[in-house]
Amino acid sequence: MSATPVSPDGAHADGEPHGHGDTHNHGSMRTYLIGFALSVVLTAIPFWLVMTDALGDPTATAAAVVIMAVVQVLVHTMCFLHVNTQSEGGWTLLAYLFTGIILLITIAGSLWIMHHLNSNMMPGLMSGQPSSLP
Amino acid sequence: MATTAPTEATDPADFYVVDPDAHGHAHDSPTLLGFWIYLMSDALIFATLFATFGVLSSSYAGGPTPREIIDLPLVAINTAILLISSITYGFAMLAMGRGKLRATQAWLLVTGLLGAAFVSLEIYEFSHMIAEGATPQRSGYLSALFTLVGTHGLHVTFGIIWIVVMLVQLNQRGLHIENQRRLLCLSMFWHFLDVVWIGVFTFVYLLGYIQ
Repeated sequence: MSATPVSPDGAHADGEPHGHGDTHNHGSMRTYLIGFALSVVLTAIPFWLVMTDALGDPTATAAAVVIMAVVQVLVHTMCFLHVNTQSEGGWTLLAYLFTGIILLITIAGSLWIMHHLNSNMMPGLMSGQPSSLP
Repeated sequence: MATTAPTEATDPADFYVVDPDAHGHAHDSPTLLGFWIYLMSDALIFATLFATFGVLSSSYAGGPTPREIIDLPLVAINTAILLISSITYGFAMLAMGRGKLRATQAWLLVTGLLGAAFVSLEIYEFSHMIAEGATPQRSGYLSALFTLVGTHGLHVTFGIIWIVVMLVQLNQRGLHIENQRRLLCLSMFWHFLDVVWIGVFTFVYLLGYIQ
């Protein structure tokens, strides 16, 4: 019986109506349910698009899937991670935006550079050197 | 229970030096912002893995292509499991906010079990792929896939271990301020993993499948 029931001391930290705790960092039932409902929709649609090939065009499907992923990341950030301009005096948001920029540069930059590198290394483009083919 | 409660040392001050300026709010702790910065640096690890995967995503080396190895219904089930575990963790946080210890533990347990189901399905998927000859050393594409998805799975595994540790801590000490702070950090960690999974199922599985 080492399990102690909720002691008054342990519980009072958030038991008192002190205004900011329940809506600030824990979120509320409403934000969690809204976030969950939006996430379900934003997950179901991309899977449905890819599994049934409803659009019939791979490029359009890919664009729709990526857009919905970006929207879902934003939904998770706001509804589940509670990042907003007020949390930690805005520092979480600032760190988040900074990470987003670095993330974009890392991924897009790598793909861009490596794509060009691959194009330039294509044996067919190396004119006058057919012997370079493996 | 009622007979033991008064004699048990339940006051957090018996175990920890309580900062008089803390006012009993776990969210005032600087740990939360520090943990958030850690998560952002963790996101950069995933950024490099996503970039690697993007570069190698068509380097099949004559090996299996995405369409041959991706089991989309399985991925959809795994995605649903992780998404549901996100909201059950949210319910644990709401229970914590109301000071309900038992409800917090129950929702944490549900979250941990869903996480375990996720990791189990992923191990099943990996073993299935390896049995078919789609091993990490088969091609650059498969190396990048196993590294990216495996790193995420490893994070979820450590999240489950953390949940188990917190269940024990809650059982022994209750919802005192330190445990609240730890649960808030774990909350960020768990939701962060779900955010990373959005990228994984979009870029590795869905876009791989239509490639």
